[in-house]
Amino acid sequence: MGRRVGLEVSLACAEVVGLCNADVVAAYPITPQTHIVEHLSEMVADGHLDAEFVPVESEHSAMSCCVGSSAAGARTFTSTSSQGLALMHEILFIAASLRLPIVMAVANRSLSGPISIWNDHSDIMAERDIGWIQTFAENGQEVVDLTIHAFKVAEDSRVCLPVAVNLDGFILTHVIEPIELPDKEEVDAYLPAFEPSQSLDTANPISMGIVGMPEIYTEAKKANAVALEDSYEVIKEHWAGMAEKFGRTYKPIETYRTDDADTVFVTMGSLGETTMSAVDQMREDGINVGQVRIRLWRPFPVEDFMEAIAGAKTLIVIDRALSPGLPAGPVATELRGLLYAKGASPYVANFVCGLGGRDVTRAQFIEMYQTAQKAAASGEEMTCQMVGVKE
Amino acid sequence: MADEGLFPWKDLPLGCAGTEPGSSRRFNTGDWRSRRYPVTDREVCIKCGLCWIICPDMAYSPDPEAEGYYTWDSYYCKGCGICLEECPKDAISWKEEKEEDKYGPACGA
Repeated sequence: MGRRVGLEVSLACAEVVGLCNADVVAAYPITPQTHIVEHLSEMVADGHLDAEFVPVESEHSAMSCCVGSSAAGARTFTSTSSQGLALMHEILFIAASLRLPIVMAVANRSLSGPISIWNDHSDIMAERDIGWIQTFAENGQEVVDLTIHAFKVAEDSRVCLPVAVNLDGFILTHVIEPIELPDKEEVDAYLPAFEPSQSLDTANPISMGIVGMPEIYTEAKKANAVALEDSYEVIKEHWAGMAEKFGRTYKPIETYRTDDADTVFVTMGSLGETTMSAVDQMREDGINVGQVRIRLWRPFPVEDFMEAIAGAKTLIVIDRALSPGLPAGPVATELRGLLYAKGASPYVANFVCGLGGRDVTRAQFIEMYQTAQKAAASGEEMTCQMVGVKE
Repeated sequence: MADEGLFPWKDLPLGCAGTEPGSSRRFNTGDWRSRRYPVTDREVCIKCGLCWIICPDMAYSPDPEAEGYYTWDSYYCKGCGICLEECPKDAISWKEEKEEDKYGPACGA
């Protein structure tokens, strides 16, 4: 039944990639991802992991190398952060369009400038449309479980898509947490050896990455989009399988005290745990508030989300990135579009907080609640507010 | 029909892979050519085969009917002019092309 250890989340991430028998790790170090690949490099060098560790010269090369190794039929892992993810940008689309089941841990960090190594979601929000499956972890245990799940889903012949597991930089990557690491035998039983649906093979030659003329590009994109949408059922199926195997249950949308909640916070990533404690405090004060956590960001679980917020009159959407030039953050923008299409009209209050590593306190969530209530009562549209900006 | 010649998206290979070797042979690069095409003067040609070697679209091939010479295929020549530039004897020159005979000359000889 695994072993319970106190482990830095980055090291746990590397350990679990080892448990998953990765064949190739190609990565370039960048704060706050560094400990993940440092530890993987160590595991390979010490002979604990029988894999090829490719110390590439940039993240652009890292993702390019992953595309090559995955195309050759190797179980492939990489990890990056912020500027590194941005440097991978063009290859990320290629990995998805070639249907390569690469798994990547993204240690979420702000983008320059000013230069900042600290946590927010600017990096991954800029990569929203890369065509990857994207999940968000809230704590170390989730990083471990979502990484195993990522390989399982990515390599499923019904999916064949890359998966990005998001974990907040420093807040998760550099924190020692109690984590249950599954046994090797358990992981082996859950995740058998990678059998690629197609690979580069001289006995059976194919060309990957060929030109798509206007006569075919639209159909190719349609096929990719449908594959990502259809992965939803497989993602859920494998979470159910994990629950059975490892005893922990995951859902595309997680809810907390939403049953009778008039107001619901919507969060992604580790900040959700602070929100949860603020919800507890407000509940003690008799306020009917709850929380919805988006675990699966792509494909977006539309129906699960609608069901989760069904009873809410007000949504407080927390964004960890700005969309300059639009009076809403990226998450709120998407949810407003979704609600409009569904004919649902809860009041949507949107706050951008925790940029570039700025702490967000429990008291600030309570202030956000009060601001949202006031705005909702006035009925006037509320533009996105940045929390804790010093005037 | 607006969608004539299109492939249904469900029929595409995984990741739009090319599963048939040599499929680029069907790609009509000659369609890019405009106004002119290269013609070899066989009186000047020394049969060095440089046009055959350097042509980026493999539009030249050994002439089965005249040993040592090379024929030119209008289907693949996109009119880049590299053969004119590289021919050591300046044996290749442009010929104006009319729209109606774009795919007419099978050989520039």
